[in-house]
Amino acid sequence: MTSLMQAAETTSWNGIGTSARRPDGLLKVTGRFSYSSDLWVEGAVFAVTVRSPHAAARIVSVDVSRALALPGVRAVLTHEDVPGAKTYGMKLADQPVLAVDQVRYHGEPVALVAADDPQTARRAADLVHVEYAPYEPVTDPEAALLPGARPVLGSDNLVRHVKIRHGDLVAARELAEVVVSGDYEVGMQDQAFLGPESGLAIPSEDGGVELYVSSQWLHKDLEQLAPCLGLPPDKVRLTLAGVGGAFGGREDLSVQAHACMLALRLGRPVRMVYSREESFFGHVHRHPARMHFEHGATRDGKLVYVRARLLLDGGAYTSTSPVVIANACYFAAGAYEVPHAQIDGLAVYTNNPPCGAMRGFGAVQSAYGVESNLDRLARELAMDPLELRMRNAMRTGTVLPTGQEVDGPAPVRELLASLQERPLPAEATGERDLRTLPGGVANTTHGEGLRRGIGYAVGVKAIGYSGGVDDVSTACVTLEVAGGRPVVSVHTAAAECGQGVTTVQAQIAGTELGVTRVVVVPADTRVGDAGSASASRMTWMSSGAVQGACRLVARDVLARAARVSGRPATVLALVHDGVVDSLTGDRVCSIVDLLGDDRIEHVHEYHHRPTQGIDPETGQGDAHIAFAFAAHRAVVEVDVELGLVKVVELATAQDVGKAMNPLAVEGQIEGGSAQGLGLALMEELVVDDSGRLRNPSFTDYLIPTMLDVPPMPISLFELPHPDSPYGLNGVGEPPTLSSTPAIVNAVRAATGLDLPRAPVRPEHLTGTMPAGNRAATPAALPAVTPPPGTAPGGQPTRARH
Amino acid sequence: MRVTTTVNGETRHADDVSESESLLYLLRERLGLPGSKNACEQGECGSCTVYLDGVPACSCLVAAGQAEGSDVVTVEGLAPGRDLDPVQEAFVECGAVQCGFCTPGFVVSAHDLLARCPNPGDDEIREALAGNLCRCTGYEKILDAVRCAAGRMPSERSTV
Repeated sequence: MTSLMQAAETTSWNGIGTSARRPDGLLKVTGRFSYSSDLWVEGAVFAVTVRSPHAAARIVSVDVSRALALPGVRAVLTHEDVPGAKTYGMKLADQPVLAVDQVRYHGEPVALVAADDPQTARRAADLVHVEYAPYEPVTDPEAALLPGARPVLGSDNLVRHVKIRHGDLVAARELAEVVVSGDYEVGMQDQAFLGPESGLAIPSEDGGVELYVSSQWLHKDLEQLAPCLGLPPDKVRLTLAGVGGAFGGREDLSVQAHACMLALRLGRPVRMVYSREESFFGHVHRHPARMHFEHGATRDGKLVYVRARLLLDGGAYTSTSPVVIANACYFAAGAYEVPHAQIDGLAVYTNNPPCGAMRGFGAVQSAYGVESNLDRLARELAMDPLELRMRNAMRTGTVLPTGQEVDGPAPVRELLASLQERPLPAEATGERDLRTLPGGVANTTHGEGLRRGIGYAVGVKAIGYSGGVDDVSTACVTLEVAGGRPVVSVHTAAAECGQGVTTVQAQIAGTELGVTRVVVVPADTRVGDAGSASASRMTWMSSGAVQGACRLVARDVLARAARVSGRPATVLALVHDGVVDSLTGDRVCSIVDLLGDDRIEHVHEYHHRPTQGIDPETGQGDAHIAFAFAAHRAVVEVDVELGLVKVVELATAQDVGKAMNPLAVEGQIEGGSAQGLGLALMEELVVDDSGRLRNPSFTDYLIPTMLDVPPMPISLFELPHPDSPYGLNGVGEPPTLSSTPAIVNAVRAATGLDLPRAPVRPEHLTGTMPAGNRAATPAALPAVTPPPGTAPGGQPTRARH
Repeated sequence: MRVTTTVNGETRHADDVSESESLLYLLRERLGLPGSKNACEQGECGSCTVYLDGVPACSCLVAAGQAEGSDVVTVEGLAPGRDLDPVQEAFVECGAVQCGFCTPGFVVSAHDLLARCPNPGDDEIREALAGNLCRCTGYEKILDAVRCAAGRMPSERSTV
């Protein structure tokens, strides 16, 4: 059945470092690429999910009889029909495949309906009668931790408390001449990928199942899925169908178990495609955060200490919350040298929608906090915020709050300097084009009440899995002759989510084997684990695997060429579909002549260097393999009367180690920056006090359009990373960290307002609503008495022009 | 009901179409043309944009029955007799495609823009394509692609 998915093929040589075209590009621009929502086979039925309308309720009864009676309905399943384990999860198997006796969040799956067509399935879903006994949901993450709070799951509502203790905070507070603190909040952001969760499950003759699905990690899906189906892993075979974006939202299971259990029950293929509304309920979101930051510094602007408390709302199930909160804490000191740190991070259970992985993975929230408080500190010191950042910039050799020394390039100062040197966009004069003004074509302003502001931010994040987790990526590379030409096939389970890992794989195979024609076959679980398309790791890890497998193939080819030619293999190289003597430049033979009907195949498993877990009491440990840095400068115009913001320019400076494909690297930076813009100014899932999600649609959950996004110039640094294939570094997440605080800092600079909360809403700017700040009492920390003159709030800052 | 439309130059029939079906559903589920994408079903994202009697429309907002007798061109039919339309070519070349789910809609919208306005300025491009959402690219490379395609369009283009 692999014919359902297309292989991606390149037929022109494009080595690493070139902006090679995407091998799937032609299919995508002509509408012929097979996304997971496009798959269809004869006899397939369509399935939908029945979801809870309550955030917290006991299930009294489920009556499926009316749904089953509808003509065209093939099955209605509940938790009793789950063939194996009733729960699954990324870190803890605590999320029910279908709710058993209670529901813990609005939108939790309760039953499944399969019917001959989508309309019938949806009508039948409405006929499934579930009687609920709702109870008071836990929706305030701070209150969830109070003694006596009802446990959402398990014995208490604490998912994890991460503690980092570095240096001597008591002594540091004596040294600090200036102390500023602030409470900051980040709203719940959605990945809002455009391709809805979807898949096709086909029962196989051996009693197993084939699943074609959009995913970020096929093998992790398999690990969670097989036990729920009561099948051995070798009877559950997953193939990656076309993925319409991911950004973390496809790490957890969505349709996987549901489609497979229906296919096994019915003995028929089953399609599932979420609607947009269901998609908002069908994946985890970015954790909303409430944060308290306190920075101590000397009068001349050297950071002495940081003290932070981060509270992340994990929602109803564990998902990846234990590692998201760890990642938030690891980087809560920002990209700075901070000798003393006390960081507490708490992730909690509530009856709000479950939260988990989203691009940046906790570091987005802490970067917002630390970068916001840095600007507050700059105001207090009457120092240029950029100068304050430069003065404290992390560098190679800086010791992190976790005690690890930063190795590899850490060009924080250089990134910031490159932004500073970039000319500012000209201020418009005379009659303005509406499209360039806040409010834009809505014709809300003609330029009255406009103020310009500039803001900077910088971020740091670890690349790859941290904290002692073994990170593995596998590739199988085959060289053979087809149609009179050598062809390399690259087979991995790496998830191509749009980021371009397929392109890079083809580029590496072409580079390593000197072959023009490269086929990247569809990713599936017939080959070893590739790990996830997350942690900005996929290009690094997959490159290591493909490079390693290619080098094993090349070794065999060159040994063969050495035997045939009598020249030592060490002087031979693979170039232009043949073997050349690298000393003389002679072409020794063609790969076609050398291989004949033989095929050479090798599998390589790549691991990055080992890491350590952190100490549970002090947070100390060498937890990371690498660090990546990006910085932003935002220029905004704010209509202070109407509370509207136009981002005029959003410039990024980022070190990428080696730009394997410069066009694709720029695309990652621009896309990540735009998502950060969304979080700064418009994107938030609104959950009401009853735990209900109020805006699950693209009408009500706004993501930036082409009119919202400004020109985004990039300063690309390529400082080779010492440990990685080709010197590359992870690219995808860093721009998402600093984009949001740079924009909000620019709005603060334009308005003089505190703006503790992202996204910034019009009412926060016009003063018609008090900044949306429900700042948490930092209950887990001793009370802080700020030194005189450091009351939060600062003075209004004039917009710099 | 039976619906008869001309799709990408061919006369197509579909039987047993219900009143609540959209043109998008008709194309994807009944006529075997999944190129137009379903990403919001509310006309917010533009991923399902097709030409309906020469005018771009969100096919999710058009009832299938309304398309009776009309002429529909989808992303699959944008370059009849050729490999690629210049807009499609530019999208691949300029890096305007990442996950590609928005691409069919963008390609049709950009094709229409350039048919109406062969040399648009950036502000015109942004306004014309503001009805199409992209979550991957940040739009910079899409702008590049439209600028690039504008330079390559045949001087007298036949409108669809």
